[in-house]
Amino acid sequence: MSQSSHLEPVVNRAFCKGCGICIEFCPANILEFDEQRKCRVTDPEKCIKCYQCEMRCPDFAIELVEKGEKK
Amino acid sequence: MIGELTNKYLRMDRLPHMWCPGCGHGIALGALLRAFDRVKIDKDKTVILSGIGCASRAVGYLDFSTVHTTHGRALAFATGLRLLRDDVKVIVIMGDGDALAIGGNHFIHACRRNIDITAIVLNNQIYGMTGGQSSPTTPQSRLSTTTPYGNFARAFDFCNLAIGAGATYVARATAYHASLMTELYANAIKHHGFSFVETFTQCPVNYGRRNKFPDPASMLQYMKDISVPFKVAQNMGSDELQGKIVIGELIKEKEDVELNEVVRERIMKFRGGAQ
Ligand SMILES: Cc1ncc(C[n+]2csc(CCOP(=O)(O)OP(=O)(O)O)c2C)c(N)n1
Ligand code: SF4
Ligand code: SF4
Ligand code: SF4
Ligand SMILES: [Mg+2]
Repeated sequence: MSQSSHLEPVVNRAFCKGCGICIEFCPANILEFDEQRKCRVTDPEKCIKCYQCEMRCPDFAIELVEKGEKK
Repeated sequence: MIGELTNKYLRMDRLPHMWCPGCGHGIALGALLRAFDRVKIDKDKTVILSGIGCASRAVGYLDFSTVHTTHGRALAFATGLRLLRDDVKVIVIMGDGDALAIGGNHFIHACRRNIDITAIVLNNQIYGMTGGQSSPTTPQSRLSTTTPYGNFARAFDFCNLAIGAGATYVARATAYHASLMTELYANAIKHHGFSFVETFTQCPVNYGRRNKFPDPASMLQYMKDISVPFKVAQNMGSDELQGKIVIGELIKEKEDVELNEVVRERIMKFRGGAQ
């Protein structure tokens, strides 16, 4: 996965509706609800870039992007 | 990836969409965008139609030529459009109530005619938009506002119905299987003839709540648990398959001539070869 090691999950808080789907299925267990029940990434370094969050988010609110490239 | 695709294929000024938190229709819309990217769809040569319902609201977000038709009639509009314009790709998005209750007749006849249309049904097993009445795909004994003691009737098997009616591409995915969904949508769009992808989606608000699913993720988990890939299902008896969802490509026929080609050929013939 060296090719994608520069990627990290980023949440678009304006789009996130706090459904919890990404949080439940993240195999690395690095997603949680923040105080406003929006998704928050706890430890981006542990992301295995499986894209499960991005593919199952009904609101296009979580995406793997180039590191440092804030959405 | 998804940001790039939403920018390319969606009317961004309409987002965030109107679907409830955790609604499976959004997962299906995302898979459709990935499929568009995979088949390199020509936006100017594609028309997307829908009926009425939460599922059908998808066309409001798609930055294509779109037609939001009437409840159950999307395939009738699509058939007319496709017969007139065989240079455009025609895609139809419907709900289960839309396609199979009020639109049931249009559905079976579109399958039978083998017209080159891709029909995608977002089957959440309920009338979502109108508050949770049972649909033809609500499973037996499930609760809805119109089946407060549990649904007494049996549910339609959407895919078997399509196969029986003559569709030449029939496939099924669930919202849990988002990457399979993408693949099936792409193959359906590429298919020559009538293609149908049944997509199980979750309606956490009007189905999940009444049927003891605590959250959207538990509905996805349930879909995962009861799904069986088509190849595996081949070696299972009907008893074992009771209550299961068979996913993947169920039928894919290549040789069929699409309705438009037959129509055009006949026109040529009756005009004595002159166009
Ligand atoms: C002719 C007509 N009859 C009834 C309705 C009311 N109506 C709107 S949406 C809908 C059902 C929606 O269910 P479904 O097609 O499964 O879509 P969902 O909302 O679940 O995605 C009904 C009955 C209507 N709009 N038009
Ligand atoms: S890509 Fe996979 S591991 Fe990374 S945050 Fe998303 S679900 Fe978790
Ligand atoms: S799946 Fe999407 S909308 Fe749901 S909590 Fe995660 S980021 Fe938010
Ligand atoms: S009512 Fe159900 S189908 Fe309609 S948007 Fe809400 S969750 Fe989705
Ligand atoms: Mg429905």
